[in-house]
Amino acid sequence: MNNILSIFKREFMGYFTTPIAYVFIVIFVFLNGIFAFYLGDFFNRGQADMAAFFAFHPWLYLFLIPALAMRLWAEERREATIELLFTLPITMGQAVLGKFLAAWAFTGIALVLTFPMWGTVNYLGDPDNGVILAGYIGSLLMAGAFLAIGSCISALTRNQVIAFIISAVVGLAFVLSGFPLVLDFFSGWAPEILVQAIGSFSFLSHFDAISKGVIDLRDMVYFTSLIAFWLFANVVIIEFKKAE
Amino acid sequence: MDTLVSVNNLHKHFGAIKAVDDVSFRVNQGEVLGFLGPNGAGKTTTMRIITGFMAPDAGSVTLGGDDIVDAPVAAKRRVGYLPEGAPLYSDMTPAGFLDFVAGIRNLRGKEKNRRITDTIEKTNIQSVLGQPIETLSKGFKRRVGLAQAILHDPEILILDEPTDGLDPNQKHEVRTLIRGMATEKAIILSTHILEEVDSVCSRAIVISAGRLVGDGTPTELRARSRWHNAVTLSVRVDNGKEVQATLSNLPGVQSADLVSQKDGLARLVLYSTHGQSISTTVNQVVRERNWAVDELYVEQGRLDDVFRAMTSKLL
Ligand SMILES: Nc1ncnc2c1ncn2[C@@H]1O[C@H](COP(=O)(O)OP(=O)(O)OP(=O)(O)O)[C@@H](O)[C@H]1O
Ligand SMILES: [Mg+2]
Repeated sequence: MNNILSIFKREFMGYFTTPIAYVFIVIFVFLNGIFAFYLGDFFNRGQADMAAFFAFHPWLYLFLIPALAMRLWAEERREATIELLFTLPITMGQAVLGKFLAAWAFTGIALVLTFPMWGTVNYLGDPDNGVILAGYIGSLLMAGAFLAIGSCISALTRNQVIAFIISAVVGLAFVLSGFPLVLDFFSGWAPEILVQAIGSFSFLSHFDAISKGVIDLRDMVYFTSLIAFWLFANVVIIEFKKAE
Repeated sequence: MDTLVSVNNLHKHFGAIKAVDDVSFRVNQGEVLGFLGPNGAGKTTTMRIITGFMAPDAGSVTLGGDDIVDAPVAAKRRVGYLPEGAPLYSDMTPAGFLDFVAGIRNLRGKEKNRRITDTIEKTNIQSVLGQPIETLSKGFKRRVGLAQAILHDPEILILDEPTDGLDPNQKHEVRTLIRGMATEKAIILSTHILEEVDSVCSRAIVISAGRLVGDGTPTELRARSRWHNAVTLSVRVDNGKEVQATLSNLPGVQSADLVSQKDGLARLVLYSTHGQSISTTVNQVVRERNWAVDELYVEQGRLDDVFRAMTSKLL
């Protein structure tokens, strides 16, 4: 536990000693604004909720989170500090978890910094803040899933660009698998159960439910087990490839 | 003395390259073991296996009773390691970095402060504590790496080329530091600087193409030199050839080289058979013949000679 905390602290502070934190947060908040106000027709929908805001999060995370996650292990490998890290008395699991939690906490902060949006909605109308809170929770969970994927893939290479691209593609697969276009493609010939399975793996369907205020245990379990799975894969990959 | 490091029949290959080929050795408390070998001999690979960064293909490593594969965390607690090239988190400051390592090393409160202060003083990094590591000079980086390794006062220290890239003064300081810690620890250090073996190591092993080819105290290793107990002699004669002929026939003299002959001064080197002492015999003959001797001294043998002989025959 102490080790996880030490690594968490080091990583988390690390975001703020480089421009990464500021660039990421500014772009995140800015794009959220753009998407919600212009593309999502935030004002003209005549509804006091943040559905338009959350609807874009899967697409935003699709490229912003891989950008954050790509350095997690690739940099450690390229700078050879991985040799330092894994000759300290810690386990792979502690290192993976500490790094992941730091990155997740950081996205959490970026998410919290979108509060002016929430303020605006509350100023203009009378939204259901419970639904909005659910939306934030769902968004954070989904960000965690994107991060776990990115962290795992970052462990495969010392090249951050490759890590970014592969993470984005894998993330895209997880988002798109719930898209009508993709499902239609399969439903033409594949058995119904397979189509459902593919759809059920989608970030979109699980996230939609939560962001509409329906906190279903299954959706929570979906995201947490996805995170657990990718982090476990991350540990295995690091274990085998740390010295390469 | 306790055996703190025990390396047993290590094997490691990368594709077709046998990086480590059946290497075994032990290091006791109080010993400073020099780890020598040409580039690519397998020193770094061996150290990475000992410190648990790489898994061996076969063989085992025990660090003070803990097996590095079966009990990695317990074994790693006992070790301080300076990896090759001293990699560091370049966006941190030395102060922040040492604080991080202290946390992982389970140092808390007063003890932590005491260890950090002590280490900073020992490695002389006071002046750069608040500066990002990426902006430090090579020498300071190396010393921050060293600080990280000795922070928790480990019983085992493994240093991969600790003085590489340091200026002569800093080299001297680091060697003094290592010597100062020697009695209570088991230390392994790799180096390409053979004087370092004489100045800090109580024992040295030589590895070549992954195989252990030598193990002994610096004196023992030197005794393997062709130069060991050779006699260098300068005599005031015009015909050095005659001296050479006389001396090369002496018992115990393997061969005599006439190195130079000019201005009535002949310089010879007499190699001894199996490194036995020949100086008394040579002296006697010199006196009998009434040669005017300018200099006569006994060679100890040179480590670099031994090193070259040991590591080239396998190539
Ligand atoms: N990760 C790796 N993948 C493939 N080959 C490797 C790897 N690490 C080391 N080697 C090879 O193993 C051999 C031993 O390398 P090692 O770094 O242990 O040598 P060394 O004795 O430390 O050399 P130097 O004095 O140059 O530091 C070399 O042939 C090297 O190319
Ligand atoms: Mg090396």
